Amino acid sequence: MSSENVRFTDFKSDKQPTWCPGCGDFGTMNGMMKALAETGNTPDDTFVVAGIGCSGKIGTYMRSYALHGVHGRALPVGTGAKLANPDLEVMVAGGDGDGYSIGVGHFIHAVRRNVDITYVVMDNRIYGLTKGQASPTSRPDFETSTTPEGPKQPPVNPLALAMSAGGSFIAQSFSSDALRHTEIVKEAIEHDGFSLVNTFSPCVTFNDVDTYDYFRDSLVDLSEEDDYDRHDYDQAKDAILDADKEYMGVLYQDENSTPYHEAHGVHENMAELPDGAPDGATDLVREFY
Amino acid sequence: MHDDLNWAIGGEAGDGIASTGKIFAQALSRAGRHVFTSKDFASRIRGGYTAYKIRTSVDEVQSVVDRLDVLIALTERTVDENLDELHEESVIIFDGDRTEFSDFEAPDDTVGLDIPLKSLAEDAGGAIMRNIVALGAVCAVTDFPIENLDESLEKRFGNKGESIVENNKQAARLGYEYVNDEYADVENPYELETTDNDYVLLNGDEAIGMGAIAAGCRFYAGYPITPATDVMEYLTGRIEQFGGHVVQAEDELSAINMALGAARAGARAMTATSGPGIDLMSETFGLVATSETPLVITNVMRSGPSTGMPTKQEQGDLNMMLYGGHGEVPRFVLAPTSVAECFHKTVEAFNLAEKYQLPVYLTADLSMAVTERTYEPDEFDMDEVEIDRGKLVDENEISAWQNEKDQFKAHAVTADGISPRAVPGTEGGVHMSTGLEHDELGRRTEDTDVRVEQVDKRNRKVETAEERENFDYREFGDADADSLVISWGSNEGTIVEALDYLDDLDVRVLSVPYIFPRPDLTDDVQAADDVVVIEANATGQFANVVEHDTLERVDRINKYDGVDFKADELADEIKQTLEA
Ligand SMILES: Cc1ncc(C[n+]2csc(CCOP(=O)(O)OP(=O)(O)O)c2C)c(N)n1
Ligand code: SF4
Repeated sequence: MSSENVRFTDFKSDKQPTWCPGCGDFGTMNGMMKALAETGNTPDDTFVVAGIGCSGKIGTYMRSYALHGVHGRALPVGTGAKLANPDLEVMVAGGDGDGYSIGVGHFIHAVRRNVDITYVVMDNRIYGLTKGQASPTSRPDFETSTTPEGPKQPPVNPLALAMSAGGSFIAQSFSSDALRHTEIVKEAIEHDGFSLVNTFSPCVTFNDVDTYDYFRDSLVDLSEEDDYDRHDYDQAKDAILDADKEYMGVLYQDENSTPYHEAHGVHENMAELPDGAPDGATDLVREFY
Repeated sequence: MHDDLNWAIGGEAGDGIASTGKIFAQALSRAGRHVFTSKDFASRIRGGYTAYKIRTSVDEVQSVVDRLDVLIALTERTVDENLDELHEESVIIFDGDRTEFSDFEAPDDTVGLDIPLKSLAEDAGGAIMRNIVALGAVCAVTDFPIENLDESLEKRFGNKGESIVENNKQAARLGYEYVNDEYADVENPYELETTDNDYVLLNGDEAIGMGAIAAGCRFYAGYPITPATDVMEYLTGRIEQFGGHVVQAEDELSAINMALGAARAGARAMTATSGPGIDLMSETFGLVATSETPLVITNVMRSGPSTGMPTKQEQGDLNMMLYGGHGEVPRFVLAPTSVAECFHKTVEAFNLAEKYQLPVYLTADLSMAVTERTYEPDEFDMDEVEIDRGKLVDENEISAWQNEKDQFKAHAVTADGISPRAVPGTEGGVHMSTGLEHDELGRRTEDTDVRVEQVDKRNRKVETAEERENFDYREFGDADADSLVISWGSNEGTIVEALDYLDDLDVRVLSVPYIFPRPDLTDDVQAADDVVVIEANATGQFANVVEHDTLERVDRINKYDGVDFKADELADEIKQTLEA
């Protein structure tokens, strides 16, 4: 399949999603598929790694090379795949529980490694698949089956975590704003380095606070703010740490950061192998004389 | 004249014990002598007793024995630690100028050589070279040509500049001359002959690393842990020359997942760790098996459970590797039986992983991992390495596999249990893989028939492998003996040497490098009058397996104090057990 005639439906599998009608994950996925097609990728050269959760099912519903891994470990899988074959378009997706709870250690390290992958987190501020427990992004007073009086802890701020780890592309989007979401994911794909897109994908079944209406009313779209400069670190920091407002758009981008493969000289497709030991292997034995 | 020499240097961690030992080991090897080294180290960087032992002979040596002929004692404790092994011809080199040794007397019936190591080293350019002075003294004691030590010093210090090399050579000379001048009248019972043979000297971890590169491994992710770290350190800086890359991951969970990602992208990938890391990798281990990803997982065992004794020997993880992980998944478990086999089995592990598309545990143990041994370089003939990628398909082959929906069946149910494998980037091979039970296309399912079909398919790979591969044992000793000794992993060399001490007792030895799938031992066990399984653990994990397979009771010799088996001791135990 050549990339010119790829349409976004080519990235759709024949499996019907089992997400609840109205789930935010539909919009998030559609935007990802559109963005992949519009940036000239094909299912054959795309590798999608998904976590575990309702969000993690995305690998099943998209059509590309994909791996649906274990809970919280999707980023390392994506990292290994990208380093082994830099020609692949590697996209990693999962939920807020997957990425910021069980997988938060990997998240920090993936950001600081700056491997050229795109990470889309479908943030619904709840655990969907396990039927409605608090997630690390839940509000302190959000009542759930395991937190009857709310978690009583400040939520994780994923954008701040990414920034503190040296993130070179930090964005936030909203699944139901299809055009903006697609645009943001496209920019993330085109960014040369690790890109975080925290995408608000409302859970219509278990979260009656962080709803479509809530995000529609409260999100401030940075593309409409004339004086916002995504390359300005201090401005980005203020926006990310702003406790009173939530933003949509690319909050920060460092276009001059050095992606992992540049810093470490990893450019080869490691899949190609000779039939025997590689040339020069005998020198390895000589070292032990 | 004794030619089979047991030598040791001992002191505190931080005294440069390991590098001094390595310099002498290399000098011996370069002089065409066989060398077998062992290390006794504590789990701390400074302080604590540490020793490096070398056994050397013109004949092959593959174990330590309970005898010490020449000892460099940097501390008095070194002498105490080794009292049992000293004998009337033992030579102890110490520095009487050190206050610790001021009223030291060498034990009765040993020869004490008081040498001012530190001040001679200062004469040569710096106190730091006192160990080298001692090595020079050893050359005099053993009639070993000091020129061979020079070569080894050049190799060790060459990159630090000419003057450092010269100072070290001078330090060695001063030690050499001091013995010849001051102890000229001491009877010298040792003489280390040199030969024209060319040997290489390496340890198990290095052999695994070299085997990985030879086998085409391009991607390694790991998290440092004793005693597996040397594999990572070996690959770092070398694998890049072959187009590969090493990542130091944030933990073992990440390491195995990175390796999995690289393997799915088509690279030959490996991770290496030790017991605690294997525990952390268990969940992903199941994913590797269910998603049918070829992956080599090296487990360099140390004493457990939990953090156990990180720097001590044990073969305690066999159950974990055979049965670990929830649910039931096929895996292969290979256990090389010597340093050279670490190389060969690593190459085999990569081929098996790709041919059968499953995780392969490759397990060494601490003793083998840190033990250096000499071999003929031909033992590691790179021209003999073959790379078999199994059913890895390209776009042309894929069309043959396409079903009516134009989709590639990455988990096709086949007679041999092995499906075609397409890696991302291959046109037409698009599919998804998951740890969930899935159908032939990789799509999640809870369909009872499909579930059974896929479980059977995956398990069938093991049957196929048993038909196609040669999962055999190695055999030693007397083929017609009524007594049978069975061993797995690194005990082989020690058992072979123990045969020399068994006098009139004839035994047949089977050394098993394949834990799963493994050779059928039923006929061998049933034909023997007495059977003993030797292993470095308390509960006899392999003995249990043998009993399970053969429905015969076997005797056991177990050692789990963290110290290696010794050939002479082991011979006594074998005798006692078989004659009981
Ligand atoms: C090791 C492990 N622990 C727990 C689970 C159970 N589990 C499945 S999904 C999930 C949380 C998912 O939440 P989130 O990542 O926010 O995804 P969502 O379902 O909301 O999209 C948990 C705890 C698991 N699969 N694996
Ligand atoms: S439970 Fe929530 S997150 Fe899961 S599919 Fe339903 S709406 Fe979406």
